Amino acid sequence: MPTGEAATDIQPHSGASSVSYVGATKRYGDSELAAVDDLTLEVPAGEICVLVGPSGCGKTTAMRMVNRTVEMSAGDILVGGESVRSKDAAQLRREIGYVIQQIGLFPHRTITENIGTVPQLLGWKRDRIRARSAELLALVGLDPDLGDRYPAQLSGGQQQRVGVARALVADPLVMLMDEPFGAIDPINRERLQNEFLRLQAQVRKTVLFVTHDIDEAIKMGDRIAVMREGGRVEQYATPAELLMAPANEFVEDFVGADRALKRLALMRVSDIDLWEAPLATVGQPTAELRAKLDAPDVEVPYPLLVDDQRRPLGWLSERDLAAPTVPERPDSPLGPVLDRDDVMRDALADMLQGGAQYAAVTDAGGAVVGVLSVEIISEFLVSSAAKVDEHPAVERPLGAEGSDD
Amino acid sequence: MTSPTVFAAVGEVGKDFFKERTTDTLPCQSTDKLFCWDWARENFDRYETPLRQHVELVLISVAIGFAIAFALALLSHRHRWLRPPFLLGTGVLYTIPSIAFFFLLLPLTGRGRDTAIIALSAYTLQIIYRNTIIGLDNVSKSAVEAARGIGMTDRQILWKVEIPLARPEIFAGLQIATVSTVAIATLATFARGGGLGEPIFGGELGIDFKTNIIIAGGLAVLLAAAFGLLLLWLQRLVTPWRRVETE
Ligand SMILES: Nc1ncnc2c1ncn2[C@@H]1O[C@H](COP(=O)(O)OP(=O)(O)O)[C@@H](O)[C@H]1O
Ligand SMILES: [Mg+2]
Repeated sequence: MPTGEAATDIQPHSGASSVSYVGATKRYGDSELAAVDDLTLEVPAGEICVLVGPSGCGKTTAMRMVNRTVEMSAGDILVGGESVRSKDAAQLRREIGYVIQQIGLFPHRTITENIGTVPQLLGWKRDRIRARSAELLALVGLDPDLGDRYPAQLSGGQQQRVGVARALVADPLVMLMDEPFGAIDPINRERLQNEFLRLQAQVRKTVLFVTHDIDEAIKMGDRIAVMREGGRVEQYATPAELLMAPANEFVEDFVGADRALKRLALMRVSDIDLWEAPLATVGQPTAELRAKLDAPDVEVPYPLLVDDQRRPLGWLSERDLAAPTVPERPDSPLGPVLDRDDVMRDALADMLQGGAQYAAVTDAGGAVVGVLSVEIISEFLVSSAAKVDEHPAVERPLGAEGSDD
Repeated sequence: MTSPTVFAAVGEVGKDFFKERTTDTLPCQSTDKLFCWDWARENFDRYETPLRQHVELVLISVAIGFAIAFALALLSHRHRWLRPPFLLGTGVLYTIPSIAFFFLLLPLTGRGRDTAIIALSAYTLQIIYRNTIIGLDNVSKSAVEAARGIGMTDRQILWKVEIPLARPEIFAGLQIATVSTVAIATLATFARGGGLGEPIFGGELGIDFKTNIIIAGGLAVLLAAAFGLLLLWLQRLVTPWRRVETE
């Protein structure tokens, strides 16, 4: 979908503020247990910080203290170094984007009017509001013609995009998103997540994102704060760190037994050191290849036949090697061919599906750059030391999407 | 409700309306015809003043009732503990029989239109108040939460989100109140308040003369229907988003 073709006056990498919790505490009424107890957390400007944890652990409370829709009992929160208490609450909220799970569009206002709510409160001129609304519609990938419709005329996914547009319209310093995709069906949720990451790649807002779904947290977060009852942060780390080295049993349980596999979803094939296959070309004397295979440090025990542009054609078998020269048609089929940008988890799935031990990996031009083996992956998974480069959420591979609606 | 005792008590009801008439100017009266066209054609202009008075009674009463009930609703929207007393208070006013209400007011406000308007306004309070608070209660919580989170003040939330979204119920209340006031206002004549009640209850003469009853009653029915349709149309006009939902 066409995210981001729109010209926009949201400046990338500008207008984002850090958010610092400094011993922020919330007690509802005179309850003994604090909903959020002494929370200290630093969210760097321009990053997506996901608050994740079981229901009732205080995520929403922690998030809403930022725009003071929940007032702190003690401690402070700084946005861009300034206490949220230094401003009038309504004023503060107009500078902070807010997206809630129930979307909360105003049923009696058109889409354009919904998006233009904050600008209207800020006293913008009519024409500027209209133009800005149209721009935001395009930015979130909606047809600007939808501007004159009412929310009830839009699908759930479209409404959620409008909610995001409404939150972004006045170029907020910070975005708060409380389970924004929680009410959307799984296929559309995946698509909205991907769209939001593409959008974030352009606008680079500081985002506080609440979810109870660890997979969503891993997908959306530059950093993840795993919380438990009382708003206590058990671990605050990048997704890869979290999956590789859970700080304690609670985090380990929460991220799930399949955390190793989840790590594979975060990386691309190119993030791992591939094996080198002996390459063969048609008509090459097989003696040369046999010599290569006898070398002590050989990683792949079969030569890979390629054409003159190094595009893979197939694997050579023992029988092929018994002939004096490399035949035009290799004995073994090529099997799966992977792109170096493929998501590692999908790559593994392809290999298992094809019953292949090895798969040729190619670059964008289709030329072989190496070989991925099931062995490399399993070694990677068991070695806790094996660390790959971290990608910010917006540069990570996006999951599969359903077809466009 | 039109027992002779009531007429006895009120005395001069309908006196003006029929004062110029004698039995021989009412050719149909002696015959037992249901509707006398000749008489109707000749005397239709006699109903203009009662009709105008009736419209005025209804409009003024509903306007006053709305102003009071709406203010009460807003007040008890902010301070919820006010709801039970307001519901009880408007409920009591609503249950006092109309004619008794006029008589109760007579020592205070005397006979005349003001007395009728006070009683009629009091009747509308319960319906308008109840509908308004239901409308405000029905406003989607997520819209209000979003409005607050986006930076609207309480006043802006009330006027830009809650009241607009409560319009369907508010107008439904206005519609019921107006239509029922058209009916109840026929009793205003017992307080000497004018209106279509005057020809309807125009002494023994009026009641037995069916043509008169049909014209006056028919005008009241038509008036109620006209007000009902007008308010329905207004309601649709101010809630354009509701028309698209079924598309
Ligand atoms: N308005 C409120 N009044 C009283 N208690 C509340 C209120 N909101 C939340 N809580 C309590 O605070 C705790 C944290 O709630 P919440 O922040 O909504 O958690 P989460 O978003 O993680 O599900 C829960 O125990 C909840 O019952
Ligand atoms: Mg929550």
